[in-house]
Amino acid sequence: MNNLIVLPLIIPIITGIILVFLRSSIMLQRVISIITMITVSVISFLLLDIVQTEGIIRLDFSGWLPPFGILFVADSFALLLVLTASVVTTICLLYAFSTIGKDNEKMFFYPFVMFLIAGVNGSFLTGDIFNLFVCFEVMLLASYVLVAMGGKKVQLRESLKYVLINVVASWLFLVALAFLYGTVKTLNMAHIAERVAEAGQEPLLTTVAILFLLVFGLKAGLLLFFWLPGSYSVPPAAVQALFSALLTKVGIYALIRTFTLMFPLNQEITHTLIGIMAGITIIAGCLGALSGRDVYTIGTYNVIIGVGFILIGLAAGTETAMTGAVYYLMHDMVAKALLFLIIGMMVYLTDETIIKNMSGLIRNYPLFGWIYFIVLLALTGIPPLSGFVGKILIGQGALEAESYILLAIGFASSIIVLYSLLRIFLASFFGETTISFEDRKRIPKGAYSSFILLAISIVFIGVGAESLAVYVKDAVNTLINPSVYIDAVLKE
Amino acid sequence: MKINDVILRTVVKGVVFIILTLGVYLFFSGHNAPGGGFIGGLVLGSGIVLLYITYDLETVHKKMPFDFKKVAALGVLLATGSAIGSLYFNAPFLSQTDGYFNIPILGEKHLTTVTIFEAGVALTVIGTLVTIILSISEDE
Amino acid sequence: MESLIVVLVGILVSVGTYLILSRHMIRVIVGTAILSHAVHLLILAMGGLKKGIVPLLGQSEGEFTDALPQALILTAIVISFATTAFLLVLAYRTYKTNGTADFRELRGVSDE
Repeated sequence: MNNLIVLPLIIPIITGIILVFLRSSIMLQRVISIITMITVSVISFLLLDIVQTEGIIRLDFSGWLPPFGILFVADSFALLLVLTASVVTTICLLYAFSTIGKDNEKMFFYPFVMFLIAGVNGSFLTGDIFNLFVCFEVMLLASYVLVAMGGKKVQLRESLKYVLINVVASWLFLVALAFLYGTVKTLNMAHIAERVAEAGQEPLLTTVAILFLLVFGLKAGLLLFFWLPGSYSVPPAAVQALFSALLTKVGIYALIRTFTLMFPLNQEITHTLIGIMAGITIIAGCLGALSGRDVYTIGTYNVIIGVGFILIGLAAGTETAMTGAVYYLMHDMVAKALLFLIIGMMVYLTDETIIKNMSGLIRNYPLFGWIYFIVLLALTGIPPLSGFVGKILIGQGALEAESYILLAIGFASSIIVLYSLLRIFLASFFGETTISFEDRKRIPKGAYSSFILLAISIVFIGVGAESLAVYVKDAVNTLINPSVYIDAVLKE
Repeated sequence: MKINDVILRTVVKGVVFIILTLGVYLFFSGHNAPGGGFIGGLVLGSGIVLLYITYDLETVHKKMPFDFKKVAALGVLLATGSAIGSLYFNAPFLSQTDGYFNIPILGEKHLTTVTIFEAGVALTVIGTLVTIILSISEDE
Repeated sequence: MESLIVVLVGILVSVGTYLILSRHMIRVIVGTAILSHAVHLLILAMGGLKKGIVPLLGQSEGEFTDALPQALILTAIVISFATTAFLLVLAYRTYKTNGTADFRELRGVSDE
């Protein structure tokens, strides 16, 4: 028992509520929210360190022993993601301070960001599949509000679509849960894993597994991503960055958890299916990114490519591939957040979204331009930046698993990513500037500091991959040997 | 259009007390029988909504000057507060405790901290319910 | 009894699906509400509709009812209550700003 585990969930919730009462004093809201996020980041780092020495820790709510009660389980994989998510949110808040606008700040922007991060952290940490559903809903309800924040016409239309898609996805989640409960009579994830292993994964359980694949596929944007480009391009930039960094990643986390812990037995069906879906996702994402003429389309389709690429790691399923997937997951959270913050700033500076209509940004804002160049290199996977380690390991894993087609698709997608992002760079940053140096809008200091912090994180994940290796190795060990997780939860 | 709602107004004056009493009863009966914070909150909330429907916003607002968003927030604060109280006593998160207390006049009663949690739930439900109705009706 | 409930679930799902596929916002929202009721019944049926007493230590001799599905359903009801409420407000706002509750007419509304 360690009550520290629940803090990444409960601190943001309580702060969020307190912020509701402080509606009118914006300055206080900003200070409190940033302090909270820094605290959560520090706590998750401490937890990560504790897990290294003490092994997986769990917290049985209200003292009900598993498999009867709800519990939180903290292993390295979950904690790495909690840490990355909290750090990214902290930095996105810095950006939001200077750009989100007084109206949104008064309309409970900070409380809902807090609820969002609470839901995200809860989804990572929970060890009970129904609790995962609840945390998903906390996160989604906050995201519904954030999509619609501002209340412009397009936003309302897109958020209506977004909410409806997610309501149907949650409904499917419940259906899958009902069938799962009907067959294995338990909801504790470790206990499910044990029961499934005892019974051998019979066809009915495989069907349930595929139902879960569909649900999490919808949430992660795996194959069923048709809703993503629309709804990710309407909210304010800081919200976009949070969404593309966090929401799809929670779906990916759930997929990885489900298919390494609970349903790992029938790999020739489920993992093949994941592989096919990942391949098609990447191809479709590439087509979208190539066809896009405005920054939002290119950005959102890059999110989709990233999702497909991480899941190649899961489809391959070897130890190397999983290591790559964990690295790439962290990289993708940081890099996509930075990409969307930069895109938001480009639109703010030029009042344009079509890339052809903005040009010469780098003349007015040299540092800004070069930070964009760093993201471009990181997303393509150029060493020594963050994308490199993940890409090379996933590639190596795919080789080991002899899935050459996925390997080819994955690496071909890197070229498309490079091309699509380079198009923005050439069209929007290079060339003659249309705005003179004197008339340029200034980039707020908060925004600049968030760019620089995220860029430093990108370089750190790339160069400091060695120092992260201890944690990642432990995380992958749990993923490859689910018995470690099961023993930690059910033994004692 | 002005509708003649004398009957509604007269009936509501009496009925609203019955509804509110039922809500409170349901809330407390959740202790050992069907009922509880969610259901009690729903009934209490619908009673308040009935008041808003019968009399206009301003009249009700004069007598009940609450911001219902804040009522909901206060509810969540109570519920989470009772949950994290256990952290202070180094018990697992969400732990609840109970005991028998001798209260003057009422005699020995069974009190638990779950009631605080349930009160939070009830306040949250009332707050959200009324907020939803008001946010739809306010911008006529 | 379980098979009867499952048939009922089937009917509710088909009604909900039909409503969701229509063009009117309110119908779609009612459709999602009906779908959620269907899945609540499904969870109840999956837990088994035993006729037993409450599963309390020391009180249950013989058959007792599985209480977990009911707890799950209560949670799911609360969540679907919140989502439906939010959807209703959102639909109302959309109707106010766009002047239509028809999804086909909403399509292609230009920026501002």
